[in-house]
Amino acid sequence: MRPLTEEETKTMFEKLSNIGENIKLLVDRPDGTYCFRLHQDRVYYMSEKILKLATNFSRDKLISVGTCFGKFTKTKKFRLHITALDFLAPYAKFKVWVKPGAEQSFLYGNHVLKSGLGRITENTMQYQGVVVYSMADVPLGFGVAAKSTQECRRVDPMSIVVFHQADVGEFIRSEDTLT
Amino acid sequence: MCKRSDHHCCRALWNHGPSIYSLPSGEGHADAGAAGGQVVRHWIFNHLQQLLRTVSGSDAQFVQQLNFGLRVGVMGRKLDPTNKVKRGPGKKARKQQGADVELANFIDTEEDAGPKRLSSRARKRAAKRVENLKKPENVAEKQPKKGYSDDNSKWLKPTKRKRKMDEPESEDDSEEMWEDEEEEEEEQVLLPKKGGKKQEKKSADLELKNLEEEEEDDDDEMVDDYGAEDDGSGQEEEDSDGDDLLPIERAAKKEKKLKESMGLSSDDDNEEDEEEDDDGDEKHESDSDMDEEETIQTNVDDFDTFRLPSAEESEKEGALSLDLKTVHQRIKDNIDVLCNFSAKREEGKARVDYLSLLKKDLCTYYSYNEFLIEKLMDLFPLSELVDFLEANEIQRPVTIRTNTLKTRRRDLAQALINRGVNLDPLGKWSKVGLVIYDSSVPIGATPEYLAGHYMLQGASSFLPVMALSPQEGELVLDMSSAPGGKTSYMAQLMRNTGVIVANDANAERLKSVVGNLHRLGVTNSVVSNYDGRQFPKVMGGFDRVLLDAPCSGTGVIAKDPAVKTSKDEPDILRSAHLQKELLLSAIDSVNATSSTGGYLVYCTCSIMVEENEWVVDYALKKRNIKLVPTGLDFGKEGFTSFKKFRFHPSLQLTRRFYPHSHNMDGFFVAKFKKFSNVIPSASVGKEDETTEASEAAEVTDSPKDKPSKSKAANHTAPAKTDALKQNTKTNGAAAKKPANIKIKGQQGSQTGPKKAKIAKMDGETVKGAQAKNPAKKTPVQTTVSKTVKKDGSRFEKKQTKKGKSPLKMKNRMGKNKFKKMKHKFQKNK
Repeated sequence: MRPLTEEETKTMFEKLSNIGENIKLLVDRPDGTYCFRLHQDRVYYMSEKILKLATNFSRDKLISVGTCFGKFTKTKKFRLHITALDFLAPYAKFKVWVKPGAEQSFLYGNHVLKSGLGRITENTMQYQGVVVYSMADVPLGFGVAAKSTQECRRVDPMSIVVFHQADVGEFIRSEDTLT
Repeated sequence: MCKRSDHHCCRALWNHGPSIYSLPSGEGHADAGAAGGQVVRHWIFNHLQQLLRTVSGSDAQFVQQLNFGLRVGVMGRKLDPTNKVKRGPGKKARKQQGADVELANFIDTEEDAGPKRLSSRARKRAAKRVENLKKPENVAEKQPKKGYSDDNSKWLKPTKRKRKMDEPESEDDSEEMWEDEEEEEEEQVLLPKKGGKKQEKKSADLELKNLEEEEEDDDDEMVDDYGAEDDGSGQEEEDSDGDDLLPIERAAKKEKKLKESMGLSSDDDNEEDEEEDDDGDEKHESDSDMDEEETIQTNVDDFDTFRLPSAEESEKEGALSLDLKTVHQRIKDNIDVLCNFSAKREEGKARVDYLSLLKKDLCTYYSYNEFLIEKLMDLFPLSELVDFLEANEIQRPVTIRTNTLKTRRRDLAQALINRGVNLDPLGKWSKVGLVIYDSSVPIGATPEYLAGHYMLQGASSFLPVMALSPQEGELVLDMSSAPGGKTSYMAQLMRNTGVIVANDANAERLKSVVGNLHRLGVTNSVVSNYDGRQFPKVMGGFDRVLLDAPCSGTGVIAKDPAVKTSKDEPDILRSAHLQKELLLSAIDSVNATSSTGGYLVYCTCSIMVEENEWVVDYALKKRNIKLVPTGLDFGKEGFTSFKKFRFHPSLQLTRRFYPHSHNMDGFFVAKFKKFSNVIPSASVGKEDETTEASEAAEVTDSPKDKPSKSKAANHTAPAKTDALKQNTKTNGAAAKKPANIKIKGQQGSQTGPKKAKIAKMDGETVKGAQAKNPAKKTPVQTTVSKTVKKDGSRFEKKQTKKGKSPLKMKNRMGKNKFKKMKHKFQKNK
């Protein structure tokens, strides 16, 4: 387990800020200092107390610490995991609400079509990172807006409005890849 | 001549006729009386002599009496005809009367011919006597006073009370006897068996012994038992039943018998069964009678015909494919017999035979291997055994646990109901559990599930976490955490504070742990992949530890039927061995001096005693722990003795749960409190591998003589040690002991078998020092890693005297006593 390098930190925060702002708040929380650590190409978010204890464990035996946010690919790109959803959702700037019918479809990993779009925050830019919610305000995953809000109004029902990035269905679908 | 007929003298003489010397007339008598006794006597004498000459030889008696009379006359008693003889019971009647009276008594015999002259009362008595004799003959024709007036009177005789007076009974009996005879003669067809017997009896003994026999029989009749109290008659099954059955059951039985008899007056037999004596009647029992008795209890019938198959028959059975229904029925009957063995057993068959057949049948019917069935038969009484086996065939209800980190139970329930799920709260013992009855959507894939609002978890898995009840901010270890249900429950109880270490030896299953923890939003977790037995080396000093040990899985047969056939004795023992090791490691990971904790929960999903109580008992002996109440108010208590095992009595604080009684998976929960971090060594002279191996933990041992003197003085500051050293020296016994200078975090380099008595902080000394510990521990202690030193120092500082372990009470010596001894030795010196 090692701290992130500068580059890694930058990459990651860029990704995160795409979704939400005030990422600084993640680090300086009222109940203690939290930090990111890299372990086997995955980024983990944990409090400092846990950090201390985690040093007891040998590298190959340690599987997970705190919450995994995402991982760095071989080409050093950062891929956000669904496991970060709980932390990011409160900070989301732009949200998309999905109709109940399209909920299941999104949870299966499909993109959101216009027909399934319930609500969308105003002024959403194209290719803006968004958090996808169900109509009951339950966060379902992350995405990238394919069209800006204005365009969404005009476009035909079968076109994609949100690109799927991560959804909670992955917990079942791809349990293995979480670690 | 005296003509009065009631004068004895006169009469007698008178009877003999005129040929006899005629007696003087009445005037003569009077004259005699008047003249005085002398003259009379003389006169009588003369007369009598004359009489004697005239009387013939046949009247010898008469003569005798006369002689007597003469003699009397000679003696001088007055023979006064006017004298009234006193009669009756009074005193005067008892006096010897005059001759005439006495004579009359003897001469009376001749006068019997005619009817006696009776007094009024005598006449009455005579009349009564005559009446009594006549009565039975009269009454015989009448209807009996007792008995039923309806059609059943012919065969149905009421039983009588024994206690009534015999006299009236005997009258009645004799009534009945007469009545019976008459009726039986009429109804011979209807009374083939016992009636016949009775007839035989009666006819044989009619003349003399009738009444006696009847009384015997009727004594039996008099027993008010409604036919249930059998006379044996070869019906052993019914004997104890009679005692056990309620009246209504007996009546029902009677009715059954009625129905089953074909044209036989079975009730008559019934009645007569009761009435008959045991002796000698059994031979008369016809086969139909036997059959009747048997059909009442069809299982007995089966068994009698079933005959606990011999070797050949069981081979035959093996060849045939036995119908499962017959096997099932046989199982039920077998258990029925075994439960009431003395009553229902077959003659000559031992209990073992029944049991072995039952075992075989259970194996066939429920598809278990013999080993497991045997174990289950040891665990459960027969009545419960079938319940348990049946419960293992069906699934337990699906239960979920609300994730209180993200939602509340009622919100979740609402959301699920909206999706079309039928659910209910789990029970009053859980605030987060919900039981799912049915659902139109897959419960494991709802958006709520994916969002981490709940977790699919068996109800029994709630229990160890509830027992452990981790507090906020604690350091908790879950040694065998996959798939993470208990870990996440602990996290939600701790509100994501503190740290939870989730460990599992299986890397594959750890993925599910990670997934679940992330899904449920647990942020304070560390997931590791160690073998639990090595864990103390890695990290220790936890406040609480949960060990859900890998086991044989005999409690979750419903989930995994493969357990039925795959488990064997070595499997169980292997599991037990592993569990023991894990438990010791878990114990060593707990920090006894934790301010909020020091608790350990050991649980398994098995019901075997070898994996549960035995392991717990082993740990109690090996470590400074004690059992504490689990806090679970339901569940069966653990065994304190089982077959050849004898466990510590505190084992009753552990809890067992069964599928058939609690409707959750078979489970076992035990909660320990660790009261000392010291690892006790093995008993004197024995090298204990496990203690050595596991000693590499954070525990810093004191070279104590008595194991687990909890607050060792050797952990005190050096200054104190010196003071204590002095104390020990003053103690004569301890004089030869080398100084026990304890360096912090390390064992004193004590060599030599005799260790000084280590004076405790409070100045007490322990007698009878045994110092194996240091010798053994020195090699181990040197390997104590420096990382542990930190913990050790922590312990040293924090150790306070909490109280002696109960085992060590015996070696205490009170303060005063110590002082006295000290003085004594000082004086000696």
